Parts: sequence; C-alpha cells; structure tokens
Amino acid sequence: MRKIGYITILISVFMVVASSTLWADESALDKADNAWILTSAALVLLMTPGLCLFYGGLCSVRNIVNMLMMCFMCISIVSVQWILWGYSLSFSGGNWFIGGLSKVGLMGITPDSLSGTIPEYTFMIFQCMFAVITAALVLGAVEGRMKFSAVLLFVPLFATFVYDPICHWQWCETGWMYKWGVLDFAGGLVVHVCCGAGALTLAVMLGSRKRQNITPPCNLPMVCLGTGLLWFGWFGFNGGSALAADGRAAFAFTVTNTAAATAAFVWIVCEWLETGKPTFLGALTGAIAGLATITPASGFVGPLGALQIGIMAGVGCYFAVTKLKPLFGFDDALDVVGVHAIGGTIGTFAAGLYCTKMVMGPDGVDGLFIGWGAEGLTQLGKQCVGILATWGFTVAVCVIIALIVKYTVGLRTTEADEEKGLDITQHGEIAYHLQLEATSTLRR
Amino acid sequence: MKKVEAIFRDEKMSAVKEALKELGVSGMTVTEVKGHGIQKGITEVYRGRSYAVDLLSKIKVEVVVDDKDVKKVTDAICETARTGSIGDGKIFVSNVEDAIRIRTGETGEKVV
Repeated sequence: MRKIGYITILISVFMVVASSTLWADESALDKADNAWILTSAALVLLMTPGLCLFYGGLCSVRNIVNMLMMCFMCISIVSVQWILWGYSLSFSGGNWFIGGLSKVGLMGITPDSLSGTIPEYTFMIFQCMFAVITAALVLGAVEGRMKFSAVLLFVPLFATFVYDPICHWQWCETGWMYKWGVLDFAGGLVVHVCCGAGALTLAVMLGSRKRQNITPPCNLPMVCLGTGLLWFGWFGFNGGSALAADGRAAFAFTVTNTAAATAAFVWIVCEWLETGKPTFLGALTGAIAGLATITPASGFVGPLGALQIGIMAGVGCYFAVTKLKPLFGFDDALDVVGVHAIGGTIGTFAAGLYCTKMVMGPDGVDGLFIGWGAEGLTQLGKQCVGILATWGFTVAVCVIIALIVKYTVGLRTTEADEEKGLDITQHGEIAYHLQLEATSTLRR
Repeated sequence: MKKVEAIFRDEKMSAVKEALKELGVSGMTVTEVKGHGIQKGITEVYRGRSYAVDLLSKIKVEVVVDDKDVKKVTDAICETARTGSIGDGKIFVSNVEDAIRIRTGETGEKVV
C-alpha cells in the first residue's frame, strides 16, 4: 500500500511539473475564464428566445407569431452577419470610427488565437450574442404593422451600420469612446440606447397603429416566463462582460440582481401611488428596466450604488413609459424606448455618479457621488457625450436605413392585413388552436 | 314548453348547474358568450394605458322546460347567480313550438 502511495505522489509531482513546463511558453490562456465566458455566451443567447416570449406575451394575439418570429430570426441573420463581417467591423483594429476588414469570415483566427486570457473564438461568440439581442430588442416597437420582408432587410443593415460602429467605439481598443474613457460595462450604450433609439426611429417612420388594433397584452404568464429567462441570461450578459471568472464578475452578477429586484418593487410602488393598483406587468417591466439600467454600470458600481440605480430605473422608466410616450404620441408598441433607451441612458449617466475604485481597481475612477471631486465630474461629462453620440448616430443612420427599406421592399403592411393580424397574413399560421373546456367540477 | 335563456357571471356556472340538477332539469346547453349590458364593461390598465374592456365574458345557459316548471327554474337561477352588484346578467323566457329527439324522431313535451 505504501508503495502505491509513493508512486501516486511521484506521478502527481511529475504531472504538475510537466503541465507547468508544457504551458510555460504558451500564452496566458485561463481555462476557468474560458469556461465562464463560453457559458455566458450560451446564457446571452437564451435571452433572445426569452425576449421572444416577453414581447410575444405583450402582443395582440393576432400578431404574436409574427413577433416571436421577427425576434427569433435575428439569431439566424445576425449570427451569420457577425462571422462574415460584423465581428471584423467591430473588433479588428481599424480607425477611431469603425473596424477593418482583416477578420472578414473570421480569417486568420485559429483555435490558438487569444483575446486576453480567453480564446478569441470565445470572445467572438460571446460578442455575437450581444449583436443578436440588440437587433431583436428593436423589433418590440414595430408590433402589428411592419412587413416581414422589411424586417429581414432592416436587421442586417442595422447590425452592420448601427450596431457594429457603436460596438467598435466602445469596446475595441481603437474606438474613440474606449480611448477617451466613456464607461459602458456591458452595453448600456452599445445595446440598450442603441436598440431604443432605433426603435424610436422605426416607430415614428412606420407611423401609429389604428386605435382599434391596439389591444391589451394577450398572455401575462408568458411575459413572466420571458422576464425570468431574460433575468437569468442577464447574469451572463453582465457577469460575463468582465471577460474573466473573477471577483469582478461576481460583483457584476450581484449588482445586476440587486438593481433588477429594486426596480421591480419601485415600479409597482409608483403604480400603486398613481393609479391605485399594483400590476404584475408593472413588476415584470420594472425588473427589465432595472436590468437594462444597471447594464452599463454593472462592473463599476458597488451594491448600494446598484440599489440607487434600481430606484432611478423604477421611477425613471415608469414615467417614461406612462407619461413620455403619450406626451409625444409615438407608437412604440412594447415600450422599447421607455424601458431600454431611457434605462440605458439613466444607467450610463449613473455609472458616472456611482463608479468606484473599490470595484474598478486603482486604474479606475471615483464617480461624482463617491469621490465628490473633479475626476467624477469629468467622468460624468464623458458619459453625457457618449449618450448624445450614441443617440444621435443611431437615429440618423436608422432614418437612412428605414428610407432605404421603405423605397425598396416597403416598410408597412396594408390596413386590411393589420386588421386581420400579421400572423395569418405574413406567415399563414396562428398561435393557438386551443379548445378550452372547463365545464367539469369535482365530484362530491 | 318554454325556453329559459339565462346569461350570468361565468364564475357562477357550477352553482347554477348544481341548482338546476337538483330541480331535476334533464338537459342544458351552455355557451361561453361575451357581451355588455347597461354597465358598458370595465377598464383595465396596462403600463399606465387604459383599455376599455366593453365585452365581458359571461355564461349562457339554455334549458327547455314544461310551462309549470318555469318559475322554479328562473327562481333557482336568480338565487344562485345573484351577487347583488352590477353585471349579474339577465334571464329571457320564450315559447318553444316543438321539440324533436333526433335519435328516435319523437316530438312534443315528452322529449324534454
């Protein structure tokens, strides 16, 4: 027995030495980081089907299949766009404005290529899922009136000319917002302001639905399931954006949960005070608003900062949805602007208020409400410039894309189609062939 | 023969069904219907937007009974389906000229 014990120790010592010499000259691949980011990529992918259910349940029952399919097809279209040229335009050097074409078709990236401590493929596919969901998020605004062919044309144009440049500005070392130091941890600007501003533009360019075609949400339990999947996936979205399986990832994970939980509660309190009834849809919407709002700040703020950001999200997005939309009269069907654009804007601004060296490390910045210094004020200014640039660029390019779509395949469906619903007119199928029988009762 | 057509709250369905069974009413036809009366529906609020729900779900029960049983049946329905609030529904009574059992071709009162 003793012999076996010695041999075991010898073998393990040999293995440790062998493995360290084997890996010594290779670069710093971290397997734990790789495992976590691959997992996060899968989590973020799941957010898009989750979004399908979230949006689908909010639709009219005549448009639900259309809504599910528009979002789902973003996975298909943007995934392919991303490996063909999207990744290259976003992340391959280039200038301050846009990446180059050196990685078109993922040219030159091998299984050994590294991006930090993870394989470049891991980084690429993780980023791919962000591009997918950003395009899908836009489509909540267009319920019940956008041609399906127009969607198929809009999505790749949006991904290429809106998402890819903004992603490059913020997350590529050569992008101007990255170099200048605008803070956006997981996509408050890149994902949420971008999708919300795109949604606003599309909603205005499409025009409103007829009043009698606007119906209450068809399936709240489905909205609940969608919210759950989004919240679950958001841990990969924010927790993975540290690009490492480290303490900062755990921090982002925690503040994400805190902000969502706070905002859900604050939203129903606002409702209760204003209309007299707390609604379930309000709680779900509040949770999503909290998640969108904490996104840009998630790797920079502490848990109490997250709590305050959650409150700002609940109050800010509640009033954006219930007051701002009626005030301007744009028909943003499922409130992409109120929840995502306003949430992303508030969160990006708040990142400049609550960011702290405690989370960011010694190279970081203490925000205005943390350090009360000039440093925080400068950071807040940078955040504002980032917000304005993202809004302005997205709206301007989306107007051009919408015009291109309008004069090629046409943007809007006919009035007759809208009355019948887009499910049957665009896809020839309907969501439910249910027969409900609730006529039996318990025997005595 | 009379047809008693009662439209009432859907949550009262089981109670009405039991009451009619106890009276010995042999058959009934139940339909899920939507409609409104003087009350003109209710308002629901989603994300701060008010929707007028002016067609509410109700249950319609149709039974055909002997003339002498009409009072008993309508009283039973009124008693069980009543909550005292607006929206309890209505009962309509009308004459039935004939009844035919499809299986045998029998006609008249004995069919119901």
